[in-house]
Amino acid sequence: MIDILSAKISFLWGSVSPMLAAATTTIGATANSAAGTTGTPWWVWPVMLFAATFVMGIVAVLAGVGGGVLFTPIIGGFFPFHLDFVRGAGLLVALSGALAAGPGLLKANLANLRLALPVALIASTFSIVGAFMGLALPTNITQTAMGITIMLIALLFVFSKNTEYPNAGAPDGISKKLGIAGSYFEATSGKTINWTIWRTPQGFLMFVLIGIIAGMFGLGAGWANVPVLNLLMGAPLKIAVGSSKFLLSITDTSAAWIYLNQGAVLPLIAVPSILGIMFGSFVGVRLLAGTKPKAVRYLVIGMLGFAGLQSLLKGLGVFN
Amino acid sequence: MAKSKVSALKQIDYPKQEETALPATGVTVAPEQLKYATLLMYGAWSGIVTLAATFFLYMSGAITSFIPPSQMPQYWGMKASKYLELTGAPHGFGWAGMLGYGDYMNYIGLALLGTLTIAGYLILLPAYLKKKDRPYTVIVVAEILVLSLAASGILKVGGH
Repeated sequence: MIDILSAKISFLWGSVSPMLAAATTTIGATANSAAGTTGTPWWVWPVMLFAATFVMGIVAVLAGVGGGVLFTPIIGGFFPFHLDFVRGAGLLVALSGALAAGPGLLKANLANLRLALPVALIASTFSIVGAFMGLALPTNITQTAMGITIMLIALLFVFSKNTEYPNAGAPDGISKKLGIAGSYFEATSGKTINWTIWRTPQGFLMFVLIGIIAGMFGLGAGWANVPVLNLLMGAPLKIAVGSSKFLLSITDTSAAWIYLNQGAVLPLIAVPSILGIMFGSFVGVRLLAGTKPKAVRYLVIGMLGFAGLQSLLKGLGVFN
Repeated sequence: MAKSKVSALKQIDYPKQEETALPATGVTVAPEQLKYATLLMYGAWSGIVTLAATFFLYMSGAITSFIPPSQMPQYWGMKASKYLELTGAPHGFGWAGMLGYGDYMNYIGLALLGTLTIAGYLILLPAYLKKKDRPYTVIVVAEILVLSLAASGILKVGGH
């Protein structure tokens, strides 16, 4: 029976994989050829950007990461734009996605102000530092470092365990002083979940690093917010995802203004991307409350791994 | 572990605050959190509509652009510093004086999105002052200062 099953799977994969490979190659080849072909209408690129970011918007909310972590390596890899403009647009894309998702998350208490405000202050301050560093570094170094960072986070999710409801210890002094705790309604189980956090000083230190990297790479930082809030500080996964999405709106605002004021934002790139991600995010928020935490985690792993590998190969010059 | 979590929760001194209960869930949400959410909802939609309208004007050519969109393929592959050098495009808050151009008109919506968070914090500030929640009052004030500094254009980056 096992032999029959494996034979069927092999036949199915043999039928599907060539088509998947062809589709991926076609998308990349089309984008690359369009970039170098004078006959390609200039308006094709805004249209493609809108379509791509709409899909990213849905996935980003479900995965609890900003659109920037998907946008910057994917658009930077397949579109003919310089990484400066891609990062500037990426921060605005992540910002707009967070703003679109914020109201629903705040009203459902899936995003908690008492948790988000302190860490957002730290991250937003140091994202300014990161923005300065990012615009000063050579492009290939930034691209390579960004790819490595994203892949490491994907690996972190692969090897983490029991993250839906972490076994957090007793709240520490800082979390008690700030009153960082709350409750939310878990729609999939029909129960109200009370939560608190611990290891707050360590978490705060991590958000220093997160802020710097977010500003440097123009990613948005959701890829780091969720594991720190969930794995290190012990917040339930849905609270970590919701609060991460909300605090992106704060962290990315400061870095985005740096890029905007440095001329690294082109409306032809940024606006269709923002419109696409915002519409996609609205759809994603409607799906989050009824999504099981485990499904969200698997989605994060897949999307981060793909985005990281793509960015790394481009930074090393394997892709142009 | 569950017992220690329950006892730990009882020991936390939560700031006194009015809370709004979500219907049918038993979960309470602070009123300033709901106000912030409302601001984001209307502000985000305003940003979407503004961006869509100005982008349409930009792409249609109805309003003259500083750099027509059809010429952007010549520039979008180069570093931002090179782009500024070749085109004479403004940096810092110089875009504010270029809003009559179709491309820079899009900055209206971008700036709106970029100021929503600052506006949201201005809503939070009186709430935390009223509750005499000193730690979060300090956090909110500090954040307003950080975001305002970033948006001001005072901070400059060196060579790319």
